[in-house]
Amino acid sequence: MADIVIDRVVKEFGTFRALQGVSLTVNDGEFVALLGPSGCGKTTLLRIIAGLETQTSGRVVIGGQDVSNLAPRKRGLAMVFQNYAVFPHMTVFENVAFGLRMQKAQQEEVKRKVERAAALLHIESYLDRYPAKLSGGQRQRVAVARALAVEPAVLLMDEPLSNLDALLRLEMRTELKAVLREAGTTTIYVTHDQTEAMGLADRIAVMYGGKIDQIGSPLEIYATPATRFVGGFIGSPPMNFIKVRCSQGMARIGDATLPCPATGKDMELGLRGEDASLAPNGSGIPFDIRVVEPMGSHLLLTGSIDGQPARIVAPPIAKVNAGERVGLTVDPARVTWIDSITGRAIARA
Amino acid sequence: MPARTSWIPYALIAPSVIFLGALFLVPLVQTIWLSFSAGDGFSLENYQRMAGDLNFSLAVRNTFLLTLVVVPLQVVLALAMATMVTKLDRGRDLALWVLTIPLGISDLAAGLAWLALLQNTGYLNSALYALGLIQGPVGWLSQETPWALFFAIVLAELWRATAIVLVILIAGLQLIPKEFSEAAEIFGAKPWTRFMRITLPLLKPSLQSALILRTVLAFEVFAVVYALGGRNFPVLAGEAYVWQNDNQNYGVAAAYAVLIMAISLAATAVYLRVLRTRPEQLP
Amino acid sequence: MTIQAAELPQTTKSRNMALPSARRLLLWTGLAVLLAWVLVPIYFVALGAFGGRLGVFRWPKTIWPTDLSLAAMTQFLAIEGVFNALVNSLIAAGLTVLFSVLLGAPAGYALARYSFRGQNAYRLLVLLTRAFPLAILALPLTVSFIRLGLYDTPFGVSLIHTVLALPFAALVTQSLFMGIPREYEEAAWVFGCTRFQAFMKVVLPLALPGLAATAIFAFVISWNEVFAASILTVRERTLTAYLLRILAESPLHYRFAGGFILIIPSVLFIFAVRRYLFAVWGIASK
Repeated sequence: MADIVIDRVVKEFGTFRALQGVSLTVNDGEFVALLGPSGCGKTTLLRIIAGLETQTSGRVVIGGQDVSNLAPRKRGLAMVFQNYAVFPHMTVFENVAFGLRMQKAQQEEVKRKVERAAALLHIESYLDRYPAKLSGGQRQRVAVARALAVEPAVLLMDEPLSNLDALLRLEMRTELKAVLREAGTTTIYVTHDQTEAMGLADRIAVMYGGKIDQIGSPLEIYATPATRFVGGFIGSPPMNFIKVRCSQGMARIGDATLPCPATGKDMELGLRGEDASLAPNGSGIPFDIRVVEPMGSHLLLTGSIDGQPARIVAPPIAKVNAGERVGLTVDPARVTWIDSITGRAIARA
Repeated sequence: MPARTSWIPYALIAPSVIFLGALFLVPLVQTIWLSFSAGDGFSLENYQRMAGDLNFSLAVRNTFLLTLVVVPLQVVLALAMATMVTKLDRGRDLALWVLTIPLGISDLAAGLAWLALLQNTGYLNSALYALGLIQGPVGWLSQETPWALFFAIVLAELWRATAIVLVILIAGLQLIPKEFSEAAEIFGAKPWTRFMRITLPLLKPSLQSALILRTVLAFEVFAVVYALGGRNFPVLAGEAYVWQNDNQNYGVAAAYAVLIMAISLAATAVYLRVLRTRPEQLP
Repeated sequence: MTIQAAELPQTTKSRNMALPSARRLLLWTGLAVLLAWVLVPIYFVALGAFGGRLGVFRWPKTIWPTDLSLAAMTQFLAIEGVFNALVNSLIAAGLTVLFSVLLGAPAGYALARYSFRGQNAYRLLVLLTRAFPLAILALPLTVSFIRLGLYDTPFGVSLIHTVLALPFAALVTQSLFMGIPREYEEAAWVFGCTRFQAFMKVVLPLALPGLAATAIFAFVISWNEVFAASILTVRERTLTAYLLRILAESPLHYRFAGGFILIIPSVLFIFAVRRYLFAVWGIASK
């Protein structure tokens, strides 16, 4: 078990800056997700931590030791790859045992640890099989077992679930969480799927354009996003951003007003679809419904507020129709104010 | 693990570079140099001797004639074979294997095989005799029937060397998505039109590779001719062999070699120009 | 106005089939002719080799095997120089395999896994060797080989043959290695391997079939080569050089026996690795 310190890591590919001086500390035993869209640099960062890429500048420190110039095998890590990288010419047993064998462990110990990892991942029954005979999900488990078998100080995972179908992904996610909780390994997990990050991580680092926009617990990131990007990336349906003008501490939308923290600036009101409720008497923020989608657990209303597109979540039995205008009440404490120019959130008044 | 280890690729290619340098580039330069030297110093004597030799003009004519006849025929034949094979579903692998058997056959062995067919007491004559078309053995490969000999050599070369064109063309055909032909068909194009307007243009890069390779090899034709016709049908490579081994004159042999190289390079340049494809025109 | 099913034209059914049956027949016939065209001459060589002394000179010939005997073959092999030539061919081919794989595979790996300055120049050099009449380079090498004591040795011949086979080996192993995902090596590095260990434990086992196919093709290239072998050998001839020499003088059935020995190993080898060679040329198997 070890902590990881990433200190101002920069990575340039020619003239392209993939990572712009990223710093991050992962505490011992913590599960941190690197979350972001493709191209944001999260996989590059992970590969630099692993030693598969070399940073242009900056340091990587694991368990107090500067590993920045060390080969991957000397960093005390294990990794689960996106396409599993399970060796096709070895049995499952030999695959899981691979890291242990490279450590020159005794046969006794190898057997014990492989069987333990296999039990954790429920793959005991195919230890003798070859990967070609396994399904994607099973191969995935083999990859995770291989990583856990070496009891690493740090576990790195590069979008391990993205090649599985939706149902399998959900099952594996919960299993993974249980297994890793028990193992207590420091983990860095890369994904572009925010539900995965929210479900699995102790803290999430949301990345965009080679930088970390915000690090925090899932709830913090959800409730108090630091930037427009974070607000829009987390949560489903995506956060609505309504441009408003704020004067004398109040923002006016239609007939409704909301207290706002700054004056005279161009601002956007960040409102989650699930944080607005239908006003009983039609007062409140005007919302013109264009489409009503019954999702079973709720109604997804797509329409516009003050002419700008928005999505609102309503109770499944609400009596609303397309083409209607309804009023929304909003708790001022649950909205986010975004400075239109910088894209950063402004502290509430 | 890149940056620290950037010497590795160079270390990996170094042995082959050294090897090719010593056994390809050096002899190449030596051949050219050798052809231009006699006694001591630069001289065109070798070339003069080569050009003045009785067999020279024959060899040039024969080699060009052979190439100009055989290569287009092979391309057409290979295209036909390739189209047929790609239309098969069952037995495709078997057909492909049989058709590419000649790839594994030495040109000498190919010459011997056709010798079996075409010699005086050979199978062709036997068949013709059995059909009552001839009274006795007919000499197809003798000096008295140069055109028959030529035809025999063309046949043998067609048999032997079409496979390499076939392989390159099939690989190229497979790169053409089926959807293009299907779309053309839906829009009313007949099979021949589809072939000429869609398949063939998209096949240009493969055709270019195949033609370059095959033509360069065609200018080197040697063992088949030797097996079927001995010295009755002089070709450039054969003459080089004779000057080197029988006459022990390395200089003239080198002159022949340089001539063949020059012709091959010229042909390659022509193909590269004429069959040029702009990258944006490829699928 | 609805169209009754019975009124729909029958032609829609036949248009949905890939090829009308007349076309199909033509296809199969054409293919049969082509296949026969390839196999018949080989058959006749075999007949010539195993048809006994009389069989070769019989007039008119029959296409059915008569007087089958191994006599011609065994006599041929017993001729002085023939067995030696066989052995020389084997040695030359074996050495060619060794050299072309040892030189070509690392180059193929470098091209597959690294992008380095000069890689295009290297690829060009390799391709260039194909654009030249290679065997002809044997001419100047005669002199150098004499000086170095390599003349008239299978080893010398194998050197030239390696020049022929090396480009093939390099480019083929390049696509071979590119087909093995880099992730396998990365996983091996993470779990404790040095680059070399990762190559030996993970890449090599997976590349073995393809390397074997490359080796076999290099063997066939050397086994079949005529021109350079003839120029570079006098007494220690390879089989091809030997056969070329005796072409004018020897009895026919010996020539056929020799031809048969030339043909069969190559054909068998190519059969054994055909799937792999096709894959490597880019031809997908069904």
